Amino acid sequence: MSLFRSQRRSTPGRGLIVTGLVALLVFAKASLASPELGAALERLGTAKTYEDRLLAARSIAESGHPDALALLGDLLEGRLYTLRSDGRVVVAASIDRGYAIRDAATGEDLGRVGRRDVTRIGVNNQLRSSLRALIATLRLEDENESRRIAAIEEIGRSGDAEMIDVLADLGAREESDDVKRAIETAIAVLRLDSDDRKTRLAAIDAVSGSMSGHVRMKLTRLAGDESIDDESREAAMRALERIEAKARRYEILSTIFFGLSLGSVLVLAAIGLSVTFGIMGVINMAHGELIMLGAYTTYVVQRLFPNAIEYSLPIAIPAAFVISGLVGIGIERGIVRFLYGRPLETLLATFGVSLVLQQTVRSVFSPLNRSVTTPAWMSGSIEIVPGFALTLNRLYILVFSLVVFALLLLVLRRTRLGLEMRAVTQNRAMAKAMGIRSDRVDMLTFGLGAGIAGVAGVALSQLTNVGPNLGQAYIVDSFMVVVFGGVGNLWGTLVSGLGLGVVSKLLEPEVGAVMAKIVVLVFLILFIQKRPRGLFPQKGRAAEG
Amino acid sequence: MEPDPMAAEAASAPIFDPASEAPDLRRGWILYLDGISVSFDGFKALDGLSLYVDAGELRCIIGPNGAGKTTMMDVITGKTRPDSGVAYFGQRIDLLKLGEPEIASLGIGRKFQKPTVFAGHTVLENLELAGAPRKEVWRTLRARMSGEERDRIDEALAIVGLTEHAERPAGTLSHGQKQWLEIGMLLVQRPQLLLIDEPVAGMTRQETEATAELLTSLAGKHSVVVVEHDMEFVRSIARKVTVLHEGRVLAEGRMEDIQSNPRVVEVYLGE
Amino acid sequence: MLFRKLLAHDRGGRWFLAALAAAAVLVPIANLVVPPGSPFHVPTFTVALLGKFLCYALLAIALDLVWGYAGILSLGHGAFFALGGYAMGMHLMRGIGDRGVYGHPELPDFMVFLSWDALPWYWHGFDRFWFAMLMVVLVPGTLAFVFGWLAFRSRVTGVYFSIITQALTYALMLAFFRNEMGFGGNNGLTDFKDILGASLQARSTRVALFVASAIALAGGYLVCRYIVTSRLGRVLAAIRDSEDRVRFAGYKVEHYKVWVFTVSAVLAGIAGALYVPQVGIINPTEFQPLNSIELVVWVAVGGRGTLHGAALGALAVNYAKSVLTVEFPEVWLFALGALFVIVTLLLPSGVSGAAAAIKRLAARRLRHA
Repeated sequence: MSLFRSQRRSTPGRGLIVTGLVALLVFAKASLASPELGAALERLGTAKTYEDRLLAARSIAESGHPDALALLGDLLEGRLYTLRSDGRVVVAASIDRGYAIRDAATGEDLGRVGRRDVTRIGVNNQLRSSLRALIATLRLEDENESRRIAAIEEIGRSGDAEMIDVLADLGAREESDDVKRAIETAIAVLRLDSDDRKTRLAAIDAVSGSMSGHVRMKLTRLAGDESIDDESREAAMRALERIEAKARRYEILSTIFFGLSLGSVLVLAAIGLSVTFGIMGVINMAHGELIMLGAYTTYVVQRLFPNAIEYSLPIAIPAAFVISGLVGIGIERGIVRFLYGRPLETLLATFGVSLVLQQTVRSVFSPLNRSVTTPAWMSGSIEIVPGFALTLNRLYILVFSLVVFALLLLVLRRTRLGLEMRAVTQNRAMAKAMGIRSDRVDMLTFGLGAGIAGVAGVALSQLTNVGPNLGQAYIVDSFMVVVFGGVGNLWGTLVSGLGLGVVSKLLEPEVGAVMAKIVVLVFLILFIQKRPRGLFPQKGRAAEG
Repeated sequence: MEPDPMAAEAASAPIFDPASEAPDLRRGWILYLDGISVSFDGFKALDGLSLYVDAGELRCIIGPNGAGKTTMMDVITGKTRPDSGVAYFGQRIDLLKLGEPEIASLGIGRKFQKPTVFAGHTVLENLELAGAPRKEVWRTLRARMSGEERDRIDEALAIVGLTEHAERPAGTLSHGQKQWLEIGMLLVQRPQLLLIDEPVAGMTRQETEATAELLTSLAGKHSVVVVEHDMEFVRSIARKVTVLHEGRVLAEGRMEDIQSNPRVVEVYLGE
Repeated sequence: MLFRKLLAHDRGGRWFLAALAAAAVLVPIANLVVPPGSPFHVPTFTVALLGKFLCYALLAIALDLVWGYAGILSLGHGAFFALGGYAMGMHLMRGIGDRGVYGHPELPDFMVFLSWDALPWYWHGFDRFWFAMLMVVLVPGTLAFVFGWLAFRSRVTGVYFSIITQALTYALMLAFFRNEMGFGGNNGLTDFKDILGASLQARSTRVALFVASAIALAGGYLVCRYIVTSRLGRVLAAIRDSEDRVRFAGYKVEHYKVWVFTVSAVLAGIAGALYVPQVGIINPTEFQPLNSIELVVWVAVGGRGTLHGAALGALAVNYAKSVLTVEFPEVWLFALGALFVIVTLLLPSGVSGAAAAIKRLAARRLRHA
């Protein structure tokens, strides 16, 4: 049974009252002198009847005081009391065997009192509905647009048909398009309950694009309601179908976004490996730990500058690049340098390094995960369209990984170092004969790959737990991405990383996260056997083994 | 000309079946190429190449770089498929219809420029592996060297002059010795036709002379085609020389005639 | 005699087998006959530990066969070990009968816990010993055959091959962790009661398992010796040194690689099967990529391409591990990592190779002296 009908019976002409109030409030805001909150509260405290209390409540509303809305809510919830000693109105919170009170007018904390020291200001059902109307009205006048919209939506959900006129009136005066749309939707939702067939059909049509769960529920009820006409029921069903199709489209878009996000992380993790493996032919099993070091760098930066969390990432990125880069250079100079041309030995030796790095981190920090906070500017999400939102952190990381990729490409194509790197890869002897110091180039190339791994770690710290085993989770994936995309081909790494991320996420709802991973791994194993050179094989030489 | 006498001997564990796969040598030639053309991405490596080699002959192929010598070998062994032309092994066997492994099992052996012997194995083991009559996995597991295999290996060792070095690891041989070992590895497979690519590159004077003797001794029982740059060496072994240039035969004949041929001189000196 | 021929040029192998035989006789005596108070007594716990080491040694020999002799670096051999272990584990699990916590005569405890009402089809037959032993051989063997066939036929070699073997063992680990697979999930299979009627806790059973492991190790050693001294072994070595040349000589290289990879996997599976009753448990961490890489270090330390070197390397490294993880647990991973680096940088032929090199050096010195 519709709420609309029951409201009508209990409070005749309420709509009129509310409209009047709205007008009053507008007038009150425009006038120079507003009634004082304090005086209004006093009236509330001394009021003996419910009507008096309503009048006092209205004065509170009209006062325009910022606390007015909260106080009315307190009154509605039965949190306003009068202090027996001096009749002051207080807001009370129940604590064991007493109340913690504060002055309603000033907000001053008045400490604790016992049960018998205060009397509740009671409300009855009639007062309650009037209060609700008052509160709704106040909310509608809120300066903040999104709060207004929230209030409008709530009114839509309330099913209170009396508010249709109020909303229409507000809509006429409204300037913001977003708010106007919210009002139209809310009115349409309210009209869904109408007894009039035409109004109902028009309303169904109006809400057929809405993603709100409330709307869907109402449409479902309408479709199943035997008492209304077939045309309306069919219209409701069709509207539901349209909404569900839209929801499915958004679902897929959302999955793709998550897939791209996961893919961008894979790309970040793998791109440094693509440099060392692809350009130098060196298998670096410590790559995962270089990523881990970058994540820990973020943690340390945040611990060092606890008051500057907002700047922690811009500080951590270059720091991680340098730290991981230096460790990478150390690995190259100390170990890898002696093992060129022996990829299997390099694999084993760097694996040893990875163990040492993991254990070092465990000893220095702790075997447990460390927490890294997400700065405020990266938290939350943005709504593209109603019903479809993208989380900010993932969006930033996606963009970030593309930027890193572009920078790396730039370094390789446009800088002197990049030129030397490519020369040494293609023909070391010739490059040396032309005066290029190949061992310096090797060192810097390895350092570059390691530095990028460190930067990847900074990004990862925002998405996952930071612990000594972080590297292990990404090493197998990174290798598969590089090998799948074609060793030595940066674009291949980009495509394969993003692709694998999207495919994993698309599989997930079907078979679960773990199975999806297994399926992807098996696919990659089979793919490598068909095309060992990957998607975009490089024409030059890579690790032939 | 009578069929190859070796073919009948190799009946017990043959590399190829003499009854059906021995080349038909009635016309006298063992290798016949006619009008072979090969292009790679628009570049014509071979342009209507025609030549034929008699059975038992020792032929030298010379020519400047890029003349198509290696490509010609690739076509014969089945590594590269020509765009046009015919290639016959003996009267009946169409080389262009066969794949690399089949051609190898027909008795055409190729030796590449760089010696690739099994450095970790002894000379004897190298020859054993190359000459094993059955090369399937299970056979190899239980294989024991038969008397006949041993004879063949000894023979090859004698021909290439490595009998005293049989137990030495192949990696310790000199460059020249490695080349001979590789020839030996071809010989144990009883090839009909040997294609030898630049055998004396990097050899000492003595080694070059010994190689000349070796190749000359092979002629008659085998047909040998040698590609070389070293003119001294060619002069010392050649009966008939073919000059290739730009994918075609430029001149053919005895060494003296070739050397005084004005076109050949121009091609070599003009480059 | 074949035996003599196999060991003719294998001084290290002769010493190794002799020591193994001695241990197989002395350790049981020291445990069963010598009274506990005596300093010569070997506690039952140690017997099991030594048995475990022997299984590791067999696994190392299996890897040395493919790596040291055929040049195939498998970084996923732990998977075959684990599969053999699981096959044995499944048999032992069936052997519990109704003596489990839930007392179900047919279903193992973990299945009852998951509310399954019937034994999955792939568990049938494991109550019989011969069937389980057949599976110990068939399962790792078949996986190796199929995987190797696909990989080698596509000419996947070197580091690429190593990486996909890592992916293989990683994928298997993830799969076996799932409860739905029906192998006990992350708890694995455990709480075994007896094997072939004998209680697993009894001293005599432990000693018997130890002796069985020693026999398997010796047998595996001799099998590998037979392979590497045959012409096939020489072909494998040639494949290791120059694969293309071998192909050019007329050999189907892929067939050889698949063959040796499969044989090696079967040996690894047998090692795993003997391992499980001695440690009393098999769980998915046995598949973890680190295990397979650690195994490579055993072989590298001992000296690859020598067989007995690999076995000794396995014994030495695992002994060091058991000591270090008790005394200085933090140090173990450092030590292992450092071991990797040192062995690859300084001792490419492992300890055996270093010993041989020292001998050659000494011999040369003597000659020039």
